[in-house]
Amino acid sequence: MFRRKNKPAAEIPQASLADIAFLILIFYLATTTINIDKGISLTLPAKGETKEVAKQNVLPLLINAQGEVLLDNQVVPIPAIKEIVRAKLLANDKLIVSVKADRETEYRVYIAVLEQLKQAAVSRISIAEPD
Amino acid sequence: MPFFERKSPAVAGIPTISLPDIVFLLLIFFMVSAVFKEYQGLPVNLPTAKQIEKIPGKRDVAYVWLDRSGRISIDDKIVAISDVAAVMQAKRHDPLHPLKLTSLRLDEHLKMEQVYRLQEALREAEALNINYSAKPGF
Repeated sequence: MFRRKNKPAAEIPQASLADIAFLILIFYLATTTINIDKGISLTLPAKGETKEVAKQNVLPLLINAQGEVLLDNQVVPIPAIKEIVRAKLLANDKLIVSVKADRETEYRVYIAVLEQLKQAAVSRISIAEPD
Repeated sequence: MPFFERKSPAVAGIPTISLPDIVFLLLIFFMVSAVFKEYQGLPVNLPTAKQIEKIPGKRDVAYVWLDRSGRISIDDKIVAISDVAAVMQAKRHDPLHPLKLTSLRLDEHLKMEQVYRLQEALREAEALNINYSAKPGF
């Protein structure tokens, strides 16, 4: 009663499993894009938000249309900003750097200046618009 | 004396029984980490910077492109400067993914005037957290 005829092997062949998995793996490897979203983060002031700050805590930084930087009324090359600001930050930790760029300034210069300030670990950057 | 006689040779094979397991493990990792939602954007030359931070997360981020000719694209839709504030406002009040960060992908040769105008619109929409996208420089 329990006798059966030759039962066919009911198994999925597993020899090619690795090949299939490799194929899918290569597909995902090729289509995955590594996250390249990097940049300089900043928080804009809310509309109409103005704060009075003591004048001695403000370090004015002006950029003209030619990309020259005037830091504290002295023309300085962009790579030198970091050291100057760091020194000033040591003397006064409440320092706010007020970046004011001309309307004709190139964005590239502005980013280079912001990067210098980030390297100097300035936490308070104010973005002032030219009058 | 036979030349090629050896004592019991050591088996020098890599065991392949666990190979599918390893491959599946890698596969699952890539499947989970793959992000398909990528935007086309506009052709811009991003500025280079060394001191840059990664954007935390990708889901609640709006991408704004501004190319040299002044065209603005927000998440792959061309938007006029006058409509930027309204579009960003809508994104901020999205019930599923409220906007947390705006990634600005601006061309390095842009004039600051255009950047200011864009920022003004973002301030109006109260999208205040921004990230100036930059290429890593060395």
